[in-house]
This record gives sequence, structure tokens and C-alpha cells, in this order.
Amino acid sequence: MRVVVAMSGGVDSSVVAGLMAREGHEVIGVTLQLYDQGAASGRKGACCAGQDIRDAKGVADRLGIAHYVVDSEARFEKSVVAAFADSYAGGQTPVPCIACNQHLKFGDLLEMARELGADAMATGHYVRRTEGPDGAEMHVAVDPARDQSWFLFATTRAQLEFCRFPLGGYASKAEVRAVAAEMGLVVAEKADSQDICFVSSGSYAGIVGKYRPEALMAGEVVDEAGLVLGTHQGIARYTIGQAKRLPDRAANMVVKRIDPVANRIVVGPRGAAGMRLMLRDVNWLTSPREMEAEVKLRARDTLHAARIVPDGAGAVLELAEPALAAPGQAAVFYEGTRVLGGGFIL
Amino acid sequence: MSAEGMIYLDANATEPLRPRARAAMLAALEVGGNPSSVHGPGRAARKLLEEARDKVAAALGAKPAGVVFCSGATEADALAVAALGKGRVVLAGATEHDAVRAAAPQALVVPVTADGRFDPLMLDAMLSVTPPALLCLMAANNETGARHDIAMAARICRARGALLHVDAVQEAGRGLPRDWLGLGADSVAVSGHKMGGPMGAGALVLRAGLDIEALQKGGGQESGRRGGTQALPAIAGMAAALDDSEGYETARIAALRDEMERFCEGLGAVVAGQGAPRLANTLSLILPGVKAQSQLIMLDMAGIAVSAGSACSSGKVARSHVLDAMGFGEGAGQGIRVSLPWNVEARAVARFCAAYEAMARRALRGRAD
Repeated sequence: MRVVVAMSGGVDSSVVAGLMAREGHEVIGVTLQLYDQGAASGRKGACCAGQDIRDAKGVADRLGIAHYVVDSEARFEKSVVAAFADSYAGGQTPVPCIACNQHLKFGDLLEMARELGADAMATGHYVRRTEGPDGAEMHVAVDPARDQSWFLFATTRAQLEFCRFPLGGYASKAEVRAVAAEMGLVVAEKADSQDICFVSSGSYAGIVGKYRPEALMAGEVVDEAGLVLGTHQGIARYTIGQAKRLPDRAANMVVKRIDPVANRIVVGPRGAAGMRLMLRDVNWLTSPREMEAEVKLRARDTLHAARIVPDGAGAVLELAEPALAAPGQAAVFYEGTRVLGGGFIL
Repeated sequence: MSAEGMIYLDANATEPLRPRARAAMLAALEVGGNPSSVHGPGRAARKLLEEARDKVAAALGAKPAGVVFCSGATEADALAVAALGKGRVVLAGATEHDAVRAAAPQALVVPVTADGRFDPLMLDAMLSVTPPALLCLMAANNETGARHDIAMAARICRARGALLHVDAVQEAGRGLPRDWLGLGADSVAVSGHKMGGPMGAGALVLRAGLDIEALQKGGGQESGRRGGTQALPAIAGMAAALDDSEGYETARIAALRDEMERFCEGLGAVVAGQGAPRLANTLSLILPGVKAQSQLIMLDMAGIAVSAGSACSSGKVARSHVLDAMGFGEGAGQGIRVSLPWNVEARAVARFCAAYEAMARRALRGRAD
């Protein structure tokens, strides 16, 4: 079959391209150019393409497959970077990787793959896709340390039907690197990508400030009764549950609420987390129904037992035990290894 | 699709090597010397270099002393902007190639009309309020083939005391020799590989009496106007290709291009620059609603090599600044460029049309779903 492989230039998607070619498929590698690397690095006259694109091209040449670079800069800036800043300015804690998967990889790229007459699109994500009685199912990766299902919950059932995730069954990253080395790929030893790709230097405040300067304006830190305890240097620097960067008078307290309208951070004592969460934009990977399931409220979170009640395009989550949840983050539903869906915390 | 089975329709990216250029290069490779050396082999190399200079000068209506050999048209344009633009305000047409745009990032942009030709009233108005200026204008556009009226531009420039640099990359060597210097241009840039010569050689040709300062001085080659040992085989190939420009079958190529054009218009494609005098080999096709990138990939998969917009070295296809300047709006991201090589075969028409139709039908069907 004809398969489009989303190639980032990293070891994972490179191995996927190699595996697909090895299976005899007609492989078309596509790399999304998400931002102008030259401008991002601040080096005048630098090429718009970074090392990752050169690596992807090198791998494609080595494998003897077609490879194209798609300009997704405008889309990425609007749907991911600006949305990221907007979310922080609204007092939330966004997950840009989910937006990128949703809008770029499983949105535009997948649509392009269909346009090109491909039968499937394969990516290097660590998640498993199996054929169930009611169509394709999403399951967590065999290697729990690598599982990316939380980031992929927004993949629709139609998109899932079209996708392949060959790495979900690998026991470890080391195994994937060994395959890359065996295929003679230059990226076999390449370091894993870290954190948020468009935030260099590890500080996202600069990005937020560029789009939404008001999110970096100083304001008050208050307790739940409204008593002013000190000041903050911008709500974008805070997330629910955070204990860092609070004034001395708020020692031993954590952020309970972020009020973008009043530009205030509301703090309170630890614990006493909520039991009931409202979700928006819920994506179901099974038929929507009221159910008992386990949920994950952050990327690296343990599972919490919950009852999930569909509510229009959203859902209500009733947790069995209180748990900390930050608006903007995802709540993803699991039943054993299977992903049943998820939504964004309001 | 192997490269052998491809139908190559990307001549404006690079023309296939012409036989006379190949022969001239092979002969030049046999000459071992450096043109700057004083001994016998050096003299032999210099003789070849000066023969090439004579040919380029003759083809472009210049004196041999006005020919400055360099690595290509990007360098020739950069040299012209640096040398002639010194102390002058630089103006550039809105559809100029990146070679000019990047060399003169502060240039005032002379707008073009919907058919891609510069607006003479606007140019005159702009020159009337600028101090001594340099205008950079291309003879023919690389994406649409639209040809500027260089004679008119030269008249306006002369009346306003401005210099005129013509980027003739796409037109030189294709058909009858053209005398831009005779029309009043001060300098002309040409590129070897865009006319069937090899990559690695270009020239900046200056009108008589005009001298320039080098960007790279090196050993003072090219009469101190461009340092660095000349790429003799590439220069010999370029001169041979330019000398062979009358062998370019303009009418035959135009007929094949027109056939493709009519067919694609029938499928709903919009032709950019159609209202302007155009290069015989160039066809700019906008397929409304279909991204240029997708069109390119589908055609590539069907064995048709064309291009779109200005491809970055990454291969990323950006919106076309040329189509943008012509006012195509969304269409600027939906255009491809078909450019027929000098040796295009008649069968290319049928192959291209079949592939274009299949691509258009698939893409437009996908959109209707």
C-alpha cells in the first residue's frame, strides 16, 4: 500500500519510515516545517530549515524513499504557538503537543495524505492501534515509560482508522535505536527531543509575552478570602497546584485559581483538591456513554478512578478521590490498556 | 519513479546541458593552466577565457572589457547591487528573484500590474522623489515568464538619472540575442546553467565606460572587479551555450507550451501572466483550491518534474511572492510553474496533460467530499 510517514528527523519516525519501506510499501516521507529555524536561532541568513529537516532528508535518501517538506509555519503559529499564549493569558495551562497532533499531524498532514491517494499514514508515536469489533482501537504503548496516548486522545475515530503506529509494540527505546542502527540510519544515536519544541532556552514566558504581553504584567497574589499576600510577575508564570514563585506570606500554600480578568493569583492551603471536573471538546474513541473508567489528568500522572458522564460536546468527571487538575490540561479516559477518549479540563 | 522515466519540465530551475556547452567544457578541461599564470599552460587557459569573454560580450551587446565572470547570477546581482547601488537608493520590481531581493533587502518595491509587468507611472513617480537611484528589474520572470518592457524602464531611468540593472537570467540564451545594454541598461546579470550551460558560472556585463569595485578582491582577477580563479570549464560552457542561443527553437517550444496551457485552462486552471509578453517556455498555472505543494507531489509521483513558488533550500514550498505581487491572493499558494527545456519532446505534452488532469480531478474531488 501507499503510506505517508510523518518524519520529524528524529530516530522514532525515521525507524517507522524504514519499517514501512522494509515491508514493501510505497513510502512517502513528509516533514512539516513548523517554524523558520533561521529566524528561531536568531542567526541572520541561516537556512529556514534546521538540522531535523536535513536529517529527515538524509534518512529518506538512505532508505531510497520520496521525501517532501511541507510549509506549516503559518498554521503552526496560529493553531499551536498563539493558542498556547492565549491559553496562558486565559489563566490555563495548555498542552501544545496535543494541539499540534490535532491540527497539524492528524489534521493537515493526514488530509494531505488522503489527497495524495495514500492508504494509511504512519507516525513514530508510542501508542498501539488494534482492530476491534467496532473498528480501530487505541491502546497504550507496551513500554509505559514511552507511552504517548495522553497526547493523542484527540485523534478522531476516522483518523485512527487511517493511522499506523508501528513503534507502540516495541519494549523500549533502546530496541528502536538498535533497529535504526541496523538500518544504517545516521540518526540512530540522536538525542531525544525535549519539552516543547518551539520554546528554546526552557522559558516559555518569552513566547507568551510576545503574543499576549498582558499575561506577564505584575498583579496581586491573594488568598481565598481576597486578602492580598504579595505580588506576582504575570499569570503566565503560574499553574494550578504550583508552590513555586509565591510570596513569603503564601509559604506552604499552592495556586488554587488563576483569574485573568483581575490579573490575580488565588492561593490556598495544599490538599482539598476537587472531586468534580468539567471537560470541554471531548473526543470519544468508543460510543459515548456514562461509564466508570480510569483517568489521567497530566502527562505524567497516575490513574484515578472516575465516573464519566457525557454532556453535549463535553463531559462531567466525578473522581473517586480528590485530585489536582489544571484547566487547559487533558483528562484522558482509560479502560485497561485501551484509550476511550478524553477532553480538556475547564 | 526513477529520474530516467521522468518528464522534465523545470527548465527555469536549470536547463539541461546543451551539446555545444558540453563539448566546450570537455575541451576546457583538457587545458591544465590557470589563466593568471605567465607560462604556456597559463596562456592557453587565458586564451580560452578571453574567447569565452568575447562570445559573451558579443551575445549581450557589450565590450569584452565589460564582462565580469563570477560564480552565477546570484553573485552577479549581489555585485551589481553593491557596486552600482553605492550611494544610491535601490528600487526593485515586486516580482524580482531572491538573488536581488536578498541583496537589496531595503529596496523600495516597484509594484506590478495584474499581468506581472512593472507599472511605468508608478516607477516614474517613485524615481521623481528619490535621490539618485538604482533600479533592479528582471528581463523575464522565472515563475510566470512575463517580460518587463526594459526599453521603457531604461527611458524612465535615464530621464530621472537612475541606473538600471537587468537580471536577464531567464531570457539570455533563449532565442534571438537581446541587447539590453543597447536599450539603455547599465548592467546585465546572466547565469550559465539557466541557458544550457553548467552550474558554477555567471557574468555581470557592464555598459561601456562603467567600472565597478569588487566585492571580493582576492588576486585581482577580472580586472580587479572579482577576485578568485575563474572556473574556466564552466565559463567556457556558459559562453558556448550563449553563443548557441539562435539554436533555441522558440516557435516549437511555444507551440507545445500553448497546447498544455489550453488543456489546463479547460480543467479550470488560471494562467498567471497571460496578458503579458511571455517567455516561450514558461507556464504558470494556478489551480484554485489546491495547495501548490500537493500538486507538486502528485505530479512528481506521476513522473512529472515541475516546481512552485520559490523553493527554499529545504525544499519547502512557500507562497509565491510573484503571484502575491500580481494580486492572486489565495492563488499565490496554489500555483505551479511548468517550464519546458530547450530539448522538450512533443510526447511531454500528452504525459503532462494526463498527469495534470488526474491530479486536478483527484484533488478537486477530495475537496468536494
